[in-house]
Amino acid sequence: MPDHGAPDFSKWSCPLPLRDYPTIVMGHGGGGKLGNELVEYLFLPAFHNPALESLGDAAVIEPGPGRLAMSTDSFVVQPLFFPGGSIGALAVNGTVNDLAVSGAEPMFLSASFILEEGFPLSQLAAVVDAMAEAAAKAGVRIVTGDTKVVERGHGDGCYINTAGVGLLRQGISVGPNRAQAGDVVLVSGTMGDHGMAIMSVREGLEFESQIRSDCAALNVMIADVLDAVGSSVHAMRDPTRGGLASTLNEIATASNVGIDIEDAKVPVRSEVQSACELLGLDPVYVANEGKAVFFVAPEAADRALEVLRAHPLGVDAARIGVVTAQHPRMLVSRTAIGGNRVIATQIGEQLPRIC
Amino acid sequence: MKYLNEFRNGEVAQKMAREIWQVATRPWKIMEICGGQTHSIIRNGIDQMLPPGIEMIHGPGCPVCVTPLSLIDKALAIAAEPGVIFCSFGDMLRVPGTESDLFQIKGRGGDVRVLYSPLDAVELAIRNPDKQVVFFGVGFETTAPANAMSVHLAKRRGVKNFSLLVSHVLVPPAIEAIMSSPENHVQAFLAAGHVCSVMGFWEYPALADDFEIPIVVTGFEPLDLLDGIRRAVIQLEKGEHRVENAYERIVTYAGNFEAQRLLAEIFEVTDRSWRGIGMIPKSGWRLNDRYRDFDAEQRFQISGIHTEESPLCKAGDVLRGAIKPAGCGAFGKECTPRHPLGATMVSSEGACAAYFNYGRYLSAEELASAGAVHA
Repeated sequence: MPDHGAPDFSKWSCPLPLRDYPTIVMGHGGGGKLGNELVEYLFLPAFHNPALESLGDAAVIEPGPGRLAMSTDSFVVQPLFFPGGSIGALAVNGTVNDLAVSGAEPMFLSASFILEEGFPLSQLAAVVDAMAEAAAKAGVRIVTGDTKVVERGHGDGCYINTAGVGLLRQGISVGPNRAQAGDVVLVSGTMGDHGMAIMSVREGLEFESQIRSDCAALNVMIADVLDAVGSSVHAMRDPTRGGLASTLNEIATASNVGIDIEDAKVPVRSEVQSACELLGLDPVYVANEGKAVFFVAPEAADRALEVLRAHPLGVDAARIGVVTAQHPRMLVSRTAIGGNRVIATQIGEQLPRIC
Repeated sequence: MKYLNEFRNGEVAQKMAREIWQVATRPWKIMEICGGQTHSIIRNGIDQMLPPGIEMIHGPGCPVCVTPLSLIDKALAIAAEPGVIFCSFGDMLRVPGTESDLFQIKGRGGDVRVLYSPLDAVELAIRNPDKQVVFFGVGFETTAPANAMSVHLAKRRGVKNFSLLVSHVLVPPAIEAIMSSPENHVQAFLAAGHVCSVMGFWEYPALADDFEIPIVVTGFEPLDLLDGIRRAVIQLEKGEHRVENAYERIVTYAGNFEAQRLLAEIFEVTDRSWRGIGMIPKSGWRLNDRYRDFDAEQRFQISGIHTEESPLCKAGDVLRGAIKPAGCGAFGKECTPRHPLGATMVSSEGACAAYFNYGRYLSAEELASAGAVHA
């Protein structure tokens, strides 16, 4: 995926009819000619596939035999383009990852846009472009969609909802309630990259090296792990909003187990750590968009880690802790200086401290 | 980060903790003044590393916690006014007023913004000449210079639509109030390093003498805190009561002269009411006559607000060190970070929230053994 830190419209050739309206107008959501033009000249060429091109009221798909997993997510991130990603890439990868950590092979996505009157078409094109690229990379097809337009001032440029279905793998059974005492906790890489990338853009913070979002589709990496150690994986989750802390607390609660981790073993990029220090935040609460947490039976942990590290998205993968029968439903971390702390779920968003 | 990591060295920390174990022969109660220190103690599990008799009492040094409810209510009323951009440090947003908080005011259409510096609020006022921009200037001597600078700048640049809602409080009068309280248990203080970086520690020898109490100027990193505690325990064991500086890389005896000069230019000492503690004479700052025009309380004549503390909340006893958070009947029941009754449950530096988030479920022994099984 190209860097969408600044919108790159170079690849998008604007078909003639759209040039009449360089920005979104109410008519683009009206179901008339303007809306059709958006579909014909923008969405179809970007997402092209037979199910979409039939332009029925519903996409007809053949997922194959087996059980289906389904997930949906809405994306409202600001800014729309940020170092390492964009709302378009997030919208595809977010739903792909939710399916993948459920043990499914993501296959088909829907995409619904809520656009604000006045939103530049060139930006929409860049968003759609990023979605198409992310979908191609993840090997999923966007087979149905919708566009609505809201009056100026009633939206934030562009909101996207995606839903996805995937075929569940045979022979594995993962779930947030399946972690068991003895399981080893692995993370696929550094924590907090996405959240701090967004925050540094919003706050106008500059560091020696730019913090980039980790936004990525994890399905291939997860498939590698499942191919290698399949049934030994008991739970997987992508630690998005609320970060690692929320994900581990959710699994501890759902599985009725305790989790012990070590602060020093949680991989955090030094620039992310610095930004967190500056803003008074804790990286374990900061969002990720391209990382997964695995709960793996102890005998398979080394192999799983080896497979993760062999994948480009998992080079920083690390073993951060274990599941214990003690202190059920609680996450305890050994601090760097040898103390212990309980890491609780945050109430709302992390608030920067006064001093 | 390299610079910080030096003060987070696990081996050195263990060595310092061992020294405290060796030195301590009796139980001692030490108060860390500053909320940032409380946060670091709990965040790093420092309290878990101390001998059982060494008890850390979490002091009133969290601006979020001690800002009086009446002023929070005033802030909410101002923030709800049309044409106002109300700016605040982040963690003031969730502090409950009598009926609402700033998040809810924002949800109802109020223009409430989180800023990292009051100087940004002055810029905001310049860019929005048709709005009244108010900065909620709370905090101790640490945040005061930046707040003073914002008013100084606004006056110099003729910014008429900027004002400061001030609730500054001062550490030395608080120490005096705590020590004068008949139910006081505190036997030594860790003075707040960042407050001292501004003010120096020339105000403290008199306090140490008057109350015969050790005061150690202490930083915020794990090794800073362990060193501060170590020095306090050594003094207590020897029966000494001196002022020591354990944060020499930042703090000098005289402090930051420029900052003190600016503070003297903008503020004057005033009596302040501390949430949960009550009125402490000469314990705060307000804008002086020359800068009174920038006082939001003057600019917005807010009246008719009804302020009422929860009768269940024992935040005052917690802040004075009279009880531990779990000693309050409402702790973890009626009062949680989600539904805080008092400010000590709101701020991540507040003693009650720190206890709830990091250690509520476990005794010290359970916590220590919980960490025994590690990957």
